[in-house]
Amino acid sequence: MLRLEARAESSALMSYASPLIAVVLMLIGGLLLFSVLGKNPIEGFRIFFINPVSDIYGVAELLLKATPLMLCATGLAIGFRANVWNIGAEGQLIAGSICASAVALYFHEQEGVHILLLMLLAGGLGGMLWAAIPAFLKTRFNTNEILVSLMLVYVAQLLVSWLVYGPMMDPMGFNFPQSRLFGDSALLPIMIEGTRLNFAFMLALAGLLAGYVFMFRSFFGFQMQVAGFARDAARYAGFSAKRMIWIGMLSGGAMAGIAGMSEVAGPMGQITEHVSNNYGFAAIIVAFVARLNPVGIFFASLLMALLYLGGEQAQQYMNLPSSISNVFQGMLLIFLLGSDVFIGYRLRWKEATA
Amino acid sequence: MTANASATDEIRLELEGISKIYPSVVANDSVSLTVRRGEIHAVLGENGAGKSTLMKMIYGVTRPDAGEIRWQGEVVQVANPAQARSLGIGMVFQHFSLFETLTVVENVALSLPDKPDLETLAQRIREVSERYGLPVDPQRLVHALSVGERQRVEIICCLLQDPKLLIMDEPTSVLTPQAVRKLFDTLRQLAAEGCSILYISHKLDEIQELCHVATVLRDGKVTGQCIPADETPKSMASLMIGKELPVCQHGAPEQLGEARLELKRLTQPSTDPFGCDLTDIELQLRAGEILGIAGVSGNGQQELLYALSGEKPLLDNEAIRICDQPSGRALPAARRLAGMGFVPEERLGRGAVPQMSLAENALLTAHPDGMLKRGLIRFDRVSAFAAKCIDDYNVKCGGTRSVARSLSGGNLQKFIMGREILLAPKLLVVAQPTWGVDVGAAAFIRQRLIDLRNQGTAILVISEELEELFEISDRIAVIAKGRLSPIKQLADTNIDEIGLWMSGMWQQDEASAEVSHA
Repeated sequence: MLRLEARAESSALMSYASPLIAVVLMLIGGLLLFSVLGKNPIEGFRIFFINPVSDIYGVAELLLKATPLMLCATGLAIGFRANVWNIGAEGQLIAGSICASAVALYFHEQEGVHILLLMLLAGGLGGMLWAAIPAFLKTRFNTNEILVSLMLVYVAQLLVSWLVYGPMMDPMGFNFPQSRLFGDSALLPIMIEGTRLNFAFMLALAGLLAGYVFMFRSFFGFQMQVAGFARDAARYAGFSAKRMIWIGMLSGGAMAGIAGMSEVAGPMGQITEHVSNNYGFAAIIVAFVARLNPVGIFFASLLMALLYLGGEQAQQYMNLPSSISNVFQGMLLIFLLGSDVFIGYRLRWKEATA
Repeated sequence: MTANASATDEIRLELEGISKIYPSVVANDSVSLTVRRGEIHAVLGENGAGKSTLMKMIYGVTRPDAGEIRWQGEVVQVANPAQARSLGIGMVFQHFSLFETLTVVENVALSLPDKPDLETLAQRIREVSERYGLPVDPQRLVHALSVGERQRVEIICCLLQDPKLLIMDEPTSVLTPQAVRKLFDTLRQLAAEGCSILYISHKLDEIQELCHVATVLRDGKVTGQCIPADETPKSMASLMIGKELPVCQHGAPEQLGEARLELKRLTQPSTDPFGCDLTDIELQLRAGEILGIAGVSGNGQQELLYALSGEKPLLDNEAIRICDQPSGRALPAARRLAGMGFVPEERLGRGAVPQMSLAENALLTAHPDGMLKRGLIRFDRVSAFAAKCIDDYNVKCGGTRSVARSLSGGNLQKFIMGREILLAPKLLVVAQPTWGVDVGAAAFIRQRLIDLRNQGTAILVISEELEELFEISDRIAVIAKGRLSPIKQLADTNIDEIGLWMSGMWQQDEASAEVSHA
């Protein structure tokens, strides 16, 4: 019979192969899903994974969707490496978008570069503020940051709801729950004419680079990795556990807040109830598929963005609900967790002993 | 009576050409060994010589890659420990596997193949413990037992299954000298009744006292066989390490400097329910001296080390003064900044990060040594420091990029000791400086500690190895039940007195002294 046997040493090969295996299994799972739903699986595959990126506009959309994912996942990865489990990037993204929108609406009908810069600052600070709540509660009262940061997502969602039905509602908007459209000075410049891709993508690339330097070149990044690997060793060496929590939570919050700013100042051009597209949650999957490494985050974000686009295509051309994206995301995570088991274990064929 | 009296010619266990090859190291290279009925057979060798691997193969934990095991004349394949036990082989490991929250009889019941009735089992435990002089109350909870008593429980577990061969892996490393005596009596009695004993150790005097025959291993090969009674420790040492046993140059301390560590009525309740509370610990340690603290493990050493390192700071800031600064409440980083170095008991996971390279593990505490620039790591400096440490302390590893967990315990210990000593601290607190390190390297580390003392560092050594403390200390004290004994100049005391104190006896002396004063 087959038995799961602990490896003497966890497998380095498997830890990199595992995300790839998960992707392959997700594709197979997707093909099966299409056939069960009575669709031609090959056709489904083409519509889901090939169609969205078959022209320059599609590629630009892919990069646009990947932008908030890269930002959020990089920030989260910094915390995750130190075992700081910030699950609330979604809420921090919303908080960032609220603050950035407040700046944009305050400077309504004004011009100047300072508006975008202030929005960027406000977005980052807004996300940090939202992340500071679980960080404070954790360091002061030892609350569980997973629960607090997750619950604050729902608070943020209700807050943005209230704002767009109240103080931020467009006075000329026929009572639609949305803000005014931002002025040109509050919108990020477009990178490729004829597409929606804006300069936030460059921001995301800079974020990845900064994340890489922080994680692998800075002493703080080293301290956080030590804390993640061996808490006792971090304490022995005199690294402050509280500081790790603050840095982990705040970097996640800041990056998510900037991602929120890039949404309202980018493709949306205003703030609505649906400011986030689950980017904050999807980024958790991205971070883990990427093995908490910025290089991996770049590719994993593209994959995740493709799932978003594929879902939209499937809705348009295959009569499937767009929540099929979530199904694919879920499959990816499940298969990743499943194949991660084999980093520490291996399958062995054992004769059943009588 | 000669040591050979109880041994007969009947062969119990025979190993022939046993080899075990691990990916990076040949643990055993065609080892042959013969154990007779009623023989106490020493397997002597340094750490990493392959003793434990050999025993694990006899006990069925791992399998040999080549060679033959013959048990009472028949070739056997020992597939697992359960089979070894059914053959009549018992093993007492260096680290015990008892459940602290269960009673002795419950623990013993768990180790037996069938499900015995606890009442009858308790009765059998009493019988065995009386017969072999292993006093243990079957109904007591294990966490309340001393280390020596726990070892007795492990031995009883084996004895209940009527072993024909008992393997003991470094059994005396956790015992007081007096408890060692008792253990030896038990082992001699067992041997007299026909049980063979494989006794693993690197302590030459013990082997000379107890064992009939010794097989010496070095680098996985048998380098000799001898009758310990006919040998001198010197001649056995040269078989074991291939050269003569090095001796430390101690010498009297030079000028004593200012106080570097002062403890004033240090009192701290333990946070661990099975831990030991510290009570009224006082000491003063000055620059240029080594103070040794002896004691049986579990008597407050861990708690004291946590309090000294700052990993569990105190409430009373004045209870600890490091380099004349009140530091009771200071965290580890502040204490390191004040000039303290620290080597903890656990190497892997505390003194070093298992998954990280030696270079990164150098960075862990040596970063103030010019390894940072504007918050970024200067990897060239880090590697240079790690390389120097590996070189100076003869750490056997693949290089500065080897991960800590790939090193043997002794080699990692050398690296951590090297790292802390190279930082030239004003005050160095060390737990078990030569734990798991082979004899030659241990002497080298001890010499480095003495050199460091001569350069004016104040050193506090907490160790369970009395011989070691007597070799390097200038003054010595004992910790027992969370209290510290009076501190004695090394010349004014001896191993017997300190051994007695290890069971907390000085407190009775003090008490009786007070009575007589009254």
